Amino acid sequence: MSKRHLSIAITGAGGAGVISCGELLLQAWARQGGRGLLRKAYGPQIRGGESAALLKLTDDECYTAASHYDLVVALDWDNFARFEDEIRLGPHSRVLCDGSEEIPASVLAAQPGIVELPFAELASACHPEGRVNMLVLGVLGRLLGLPSVGLVELAARKLAGKPQAYRDAAAACIEQGAARQLDWKLQVPPTVATGACYMSGNQAAGLGALEAGIRFVAAYPITPASDVLEWMAGGLEQVGGQLLQAEDELAAINMTIGAAFGGVPAFTATSGPGLALMTESIGLAVASETPVTILNVMRGGPSTGIPTKSEQSDLNIALHGLHGDAPHLVLAPLDIADCVFTTGWAVQLAQQLQTAAIVLSDQFIGQSTAIVSEPRRCPSSAAATAVPTEGDYLRYKLTSSGVSTLASPGDAGQRFTADGLEHNEKGTPSARQSDHQRQLAKRQDKLSAFGFGDDWAQISGSGAIALVCFGSSSAAVTEAADLLAERGSPARVISLRLLAPLQTDALRAAVEGCSTVVVVEQNHSAQLLHYLKGYLDFPQAVHSYAMAGPVPLAPEAIAQAVTEVINP
Amino acid sequence: MTEAIKLKAKDYKSEVKPIWCPGCGHFSVLNAITKAMAGLGIDKDNTVLVSGIGCSSRLPAYVDSYGFHGVHGRGLAIAQGLKVARPDLTVLALGGDGDGFSIGGNHFIHACRRNVNITYIAMDNEVYGMTKGQASPTTPMDWDHSKLTPHGPGVRPFKPAALALASGAPWIARGYSGNPNQIAKLIAQAVAHPGFSFLHVMSQCITFCPEQTDWKAIVTEREEPALTSADEAAKLFLHEDGFQTGLLYREQRASWPPERDRAADQNALAGLAASFRV
Repeated sequence: MSKRHLSIAITGAGGAGVISCGELLLQAWARQGGRGLLRKAYGPQIRGGESAALLKLTDDECYTAASHYDLVVALDWDNFARFEDEIRLGPHSRVLCDGSEEIPASVLAAQPGIVELPFAELASACHPEGRVNMLVLGVLGRLLGLPSVGLVELAARKLAGKPQAYRDAAAACIEQGAARQLDWKLQVPPTVATGACYMSGNQAAGLGALEAGIRFVAAYPITPASDVLEWMAGGLEQVGGQLLQAEDELAAINMTIGAAFGGVPAFTATSGPGLALMTESIGLAVASETPVTILNVMRGGPSTGIPTKSEQSDLNIALHGLHGDAPHLVLAPLDIADCVFTTGWAVQLAQQLQTAAIVLSDQFIGQSTAIVSEPRRCPSSAAATAVPTEGDYLRYKLTSSGVSTLASPGDAGQRFTADGLEHNEKGTPSARQSDHQRQLAKRQDKLSAFGFGDDWAQISGSGAIALVCFGSSSAAVTEAADLLAERGSPARVISLRLLAPLQTDALRAAVEGCSTVVVVEQNHSAQLLHYLKGYLDFPQAVHSYAMAGPVPLAPEAIAQAVTEVINP
Repeated sequence: MTEAIKLKAKDYKSEVKPIWCPGCGHFSVLNAITKAMAGLGIDKDNTVLVSGIGCSSRLPAYVDSYGFHGVHGRGLAIAQGLKVARPDLTVLALGGDGDGFSIGGNHFIHACRRNVNITYIAMDNEVYGMTKGQASPTTPMDWDHSKLTPHGPGVRPFKPAALALASGAPWIARGYSGNPNQIAKLIAQAVAHPGFSFLHVMSQCITFCPEQTDWKAIVTEREEPALTSADEAAKLFLHEDGFQTGLLYREQRASWPPERDRAADQNALAGLAASFRV
């Protein structure tokens, strides 16, 4: 079943408002009951660089990046040129441009249908504060059949804090654009249902964290995680929590640990370089059994890498970055809506198992916004274990589950010193082999023995091929499986949500009956493949499709690679 | 709360035996802390001692309160996160000169600036003791006892009080391990101060710096009241010898974060979720 979608790219200079234009268009589309994704692409500059709003209107919520563009609005050609790798044009594409500049030969070579419209002239003619992006919004709204009155209202809401003249100008430009009749018949996908949510993965993760009980956040800004922290700052104020801006990531993770020690569920968010700085203290959280949740919004690495674009290359550091034997939780949300569930689940698991949870989101799902049906929530876990009131309190008592009672300052008579030094059951530092072995086993057992249920992965489809992926690759892999099914090679998709502890038995059962396993991931060195092979002796032939970012994984490319594997 | 009768200093000591060498200045600080706690009648259950790594950072385990022995240099960060999350608790951060001024230097200056209502006691023996005697940021330039810097560190030592003042600390005092009664009094004042209080204790390490027994002769007790002018304090901290003890500087400044009602609005979460619905 071929999916119906319409992809639109709007490119311009950073600060020209192309992202606002895309957001307002998608919000209006959501009000009509439509579904769609807005991916934001930036250069490294904040102002004056390039910027692109990459929209994909769809008839379902399997959100992958568009492989080609039906409609491109280029506010200018210099900035368009910087996205030529990502925004593919063909004979079926339509291009809307200003007409004041010469159209580049590379664009003409693709032979798209071209309409020139003097954006700048029209915008300033209809209002002195008139802006091109609002004019384009009006033009696009009409093409999609969206009433201009709704666009004007959404724009006014966005500009609520600005002078009235800005809102008047936006309204005038939208109406002016909406008055333009373009002789284009676009294949607009059908609408689905109204009453959906419009959110980014970063916002969804923040919401999931707060709903799971997070009331303290320590924050150090880093792209592309800053917007989680910014959203949570406002959210925490409303729910009676507190955000603390730290001096660096070393402080951020330790402040998080301090708050958690105080019995307040605590969280921080960062990206690769910040996660690297935090790893020593994540080990402290593991050793001292202090529950913390760290959201890592992955970007291109190593080092400063490609901060504004996506990659799944922090899997290794999340799994193996801690020194010593430090078992902890690693989870990955599968899509924008799933950021609510998976982040909430991570918080609950960290609290229940008294350890560190690292959540691997990425720039693609973190900073893209989408129209999603009401996101699934993680059901609340059982109430915390009761604090014992008699006998000697043993903070690190050896128990059958490996989990011991966690007291917090203020609890009467449970005084203890949490320690990153190896310790005995009471918490007193100990370098004895017996204490070390018992406490190592305790910290491992509480994860190994825990029943994580069915949410460790999302499994769909069936066939001779198993496609295994994690996190945000899920949508591209699911779409690749659809393509393979159309071509007579149906596949089963296993999208891992819980990466550590790896659910080896469940994964072995999930690939059973398949003759071929292909591990798909967005990084250069096939990090997931090597991890899985380290834990599982697959009876099947195992292949890898590992493609580094920053361009999102392409379902067609995955399907082709799989086809080559099965028909060499 | 839990203790109906008045506790003595020894009642605040835990059963854990310190690992410190005989003659270590940190014993004095431990005694001063428990004495101050007894004097203040502090509730053990609502007090937390937080530290980093080093000889002095072992101290929380020796006090019968809640404690957190963290990683090297980050005690202040843990302490601030804890206090901001739990403003009802009394929080003391502890550590040495290497922990606080070298690996944790950034946290020190930002803790001074942030002014969260905690007390920070830096036990300064001008040496890394736990790693067996290397130069720290407060070691004299020509101290040549370490194999790591056999000609002395060759760089000028920090002046912690000056650094604290420049970073915005509103309460700065100095003590000496040879005078635990004074330290106890200063700790009591520090805990009572409604903001970040920095107590710099010259705490001798006779194992690696036997020459520090000479401190006794050069330490003075400052008789004047604490300075309240940052200009005058700057002059003092830049030009003194670093051995004047007592409360040296204090200013009135609102601590962070400002008090506010943290009662959860029952509908707030639902409102946040609803804000995403189109």
